[in-house]
Amino acid sequence: MAIELAEPTAVVVAVASEADLVHARQTLRAEAVRAGLGLVDQTKLITAGSELARNILTYATGSRGELRVEQVRSRERVGVRATFSDEGPGIEDLDAAMTDGFSTSGSLGLGLPGSKRLVDEMTVSSAGASGTTVVIVKWRR
Amino acid sequence: MSHFDRVPAGSPGTGEIIPIMRIGDTLLVALQGELDDTTVVRIEEQLTMEVARTHAKGTLIDVSGLGVVDSFIARVIARVVAMVRLLGSPAVVVGIQPAVAVTLVELGVPMGHLDTALNAEQGMALLRRLRADGNRAR
Ligand SMILES: Nc1ncnc2c1ncn2[C@@H]1O[C@H](COP(=O)(O)OP(=O)(O)OP(=O)(O)O)[C@@H](O)[C@H]1O
Ligand SMILES: [Mg+2]
Repeated sequence: MAIELAEPTAVVVAVASEADLVHARQTLRAEAVRAGLGLVDQTKLITAGSELARNILTYATGSRGELRVEQVRSRERVGVRATFSDEGPGIEDLDAAMTDGFSTSGSLGLGLPGSKRLVDEMTVSSAGASGTTVVIVKWRR
Repeated sequence: MSHFDRVPAGSPGTGEIIPIMRIGDTLLVALQGELDDTTVVRIEEQLTMEVARTHAKGTLIDVSGLGVVDSFIARVIARVVAMVRLLGSPAVVVGIQPAVAVTLVELGVPMGHLDTALNAEQGMALLRRLRADGNRAR
């Protein structure tokens, strides 16, 4: 079922510093509340978003990228869609990156697989040197 | 005589103070609101130094004011607990919000080895037990 915008406008947050990470979490909270998500779902969405925004700071060229948050709907469901994009080096092996414990920075490697568990839908696309885009959706129950 | 004093632990000049409370021989730090990474790491350093300086017999880390704990914050909390433990002082994490607990488990951050309690009062009781066990083991 196709996802449509429930509202024409999106909230866009630059992701280029630690302060932006806080701003990204606050924006996700506000939009999750607006979509009527329950407290646990809000918390899951924000936490996943924090992981994905942090990945931009860690891996993207110039440590910069963007978060775009939208109110969406699909048939009778409403929810929040968050898109994290950067123009960094991309992810070489997507399957590996989605595996628990895989990290190229000696970290725990749970940002991507953990985020996927926290949301209803997640797609990662990476076209080599043209960067990485991660889209997550959380629906209101 | 008061066993309750506030130690302003913020480094001077930053205009920010992270209060570390002292109750008898126990330290209490309350993490609250939207914390950026630098602040979290600063709290970690200050708490470790404060435990060493005051020879605290235990530490309560109250996280009930945190609505979101991502893997970075969770890892720093786990690390500070490990550090003060190395100093010989047990630490208990109290007041993890239910939504945060559910999220951390699903995210997969290893937190199972931490000593936790529902609230500060139960945390104090747990600290007493941990200390008693520590004394017996010696
Ligand atoms: N935006 C991105 N650009 C380029 N590579 C990325 C990006 N996001 C993730 N990756 C790659 O995917 C790997 C897995 O990411 P993931 O977030 O799961 O783990 P991590 O960041 O290494 O560790 P953790 O998130 O637990 O600190 C990373 O090590 C990195 O190689
Ligand atoms: Mg990561």
